[in-house]
Amino acid sequence: MQIYLPIAEVVVNSLTLISLGGIVGLMSGLFGVGGGFLITPLLFFIGIPPPIAVATGANQVVASSFSGVLAHVKRKTVDFRMGWVLLAGGLVGSSIGVGIFNILQRIGQVDLVVQLCYVVFLGLIGASMLKESLGALRRARQSGPVKPMRRNQHGWVHRWPMKMKFRASGLYISAIPVLLVGAAVGVLGAIMGVGGGFIMVPAMIYLLGMPTKVVIGTSLFQITFLSAYTTLMHAVMSNTVDVMLAVLLIVGGVVGAQIGTNLGARLRAEQLRILLALLVLAVCGKLALDLFLRPEDLYSIAPGILQ
Amino acid sequence: MRARAILLTLALLLPFGGHAQNAIPGYPERITNPPNVTAKPEPAETVVAGLSREDVEITTNFDGSEIIIYGAVKRETPIPKGSALDVIVTVEGPQQSVTVRHKERKLGIWINTGHVSIGAAPNFYVVATTRPMETILDPAEDQRYRVSVPLALRAFAGPVTVEDAVPYTEALVRLREESGLYRLDEGVVRLAQQTLFRADVRLPANLIEGYYSTRIFLLRDGKVIDTFRAPIDVRKVGLERWLYRLALNQPFLYGIMSLAIAMAAGWGASAAFRAFRRT
Repeated sequence: MQIYLPIAEVVVNSLTLISLGGIVGLMSGLFGVGGGFLITPLLFFIGIPPPIAVATGANQVVASSFSGVLAHVKRKTVDFRMGWVLLAGGLVGSSIGVGIFNILQRIGQVDLVVQLCYVVFLGLIGASMLKESLGALRRARQSGPVKPMRRNQHGWVHRWPMKMKFRASGLYISAIPVLLVGAAVGVLGAIMGVGGGFIMVPAMIYLLGMPTKVVIGTSLFQITFLSAYTTLMHAVMSNTVDVMLAVLLIVGGVVGAQIGTNLGARLRAEQLRILLALLVLAVCGKLALDLFLRPEDLYSIAPGILQ
Repeated sequence: MRARAILLTLALLLPFGGHAQNAIPGYPERITNPPNVTAKPEPAETVVAGLSREDVEITTNFDGSEIIIYGAVKRETPIPKGSALDVIVTVEGPQQSVTVRHKERKLGIWINTGHVSIGAAPNFYVVATTRPMETILDPAEDQRYRVSVPLALRAFAGPVTVEDAVPYTEALVRLREESGLYRLDEGVVRLAQQTLFRADVRLPANLIEGYYSTRIFLLRDGKVIDTFRAPIDVRKVGLERWLYRLALNQPFLYGIMSLAIAMAAGWGASAAFRAFRRT
């Protein structure tokens, strides 16, 4: 069924939008990523104007990650304390990111920077996750029972002041690296128009040494609030949230997120990480091709006047 | 900057006399002759026309609209012999400013290097004719009345920073033609007995709000002998209008509403799945 979107002012097929939301919701529940890095490029692809795609994508992420968080709260796999500290860093980072975004927009190269950011970060994260989880899988096969990963080895995290006890994660570390991770993800999230889960999840595992069990729930918790903040900022500052578009994406998204969460509970952590790594690399490859291959049309139209 | 663009636009629109925005909706209005032309005597043949509808309502399931523009040629004298009568109908959407960018390969990757901003380009423009344009419309007349598709673009906005702006404006017209927003439909205006004419113009689904202006040109020997103008009011209605107004006038409330819907949907799905699994 065709539907006219009041803010985007374009006509789209509602079934396309619902299934798009469903796929992204599935990713969200499965991997604990908000799915912003998928939904935003996919919305560009079906002809939604980019500013509206970015803002409405954030709104959709709120719904799917909130749905995921509720499922994780039931299973007690959310470290709330860690989540709040990450969020505090994230809000500061997000505000800085919006500032950087506006400067880039004035220079006129925001598209290029966003695209390069995607390629570099998705490439690095995807490759290192794939390498690590393939290695873990091979070790698990060779030595039978999985050796518990030895955490709390990173001395630098221990030597910093402002130590906090994160019971759900079984960590006693300084709050400073947690705040820094939150802020860094906030900056990148605002520039790239995503919640930042795909950066947050590996950072939690490899930098903070959190157990994979609580990483996904905690990341979703943080993303819910951070993208709610981003949505509100976009709605107030640029009127680019299309609620009709968001509702359609959400209908598919919440169902997908529930299926994903249940599916995720049955898969092994290494397998999950390999799947996420492959997905991240696929999106990275597509964006890199767009940069290196000659575009179909050298000219493009953007609304408004560029100085 | 925006103010300058609007001024430029207005300056370029001046030769048209009354623009659609000034017209009373629903009431056709005759175009006054351009001021640089000395007052002509009342033409022997004049257009009388009407539209099948004067307003288009954009609803949630809006899927484009068909407008029939029909009319007759009014004359006191017999039909002139020796030259053919032709009709051109144009429908023009609201003006918007756009930027056309050009990509070049730098250090192995394709990046935007040049850009040209156009202060006023209609978001929709269709030209329907009785016969091929070049055989019925004199280029000078085309320039004066701005009939053909490339002439729908009005003005550059801000300083032009590229050496040659022509490829940019050509690209804008080409890209809009590919997406169906600009169209030249030759031969679709039907003219009967050199008196009655009718054009069916399809408005696409991707419409924006505003006054769309319809122009009818009566032609003989490549010259425009009479013109006629009528506005079409395109408006969002119902839920579409309510959401649009709320987003613009109460953005904070609208944002909170969007978040509330998202949270409620997330909670609802979570609760529904739990209930589903228990049974």
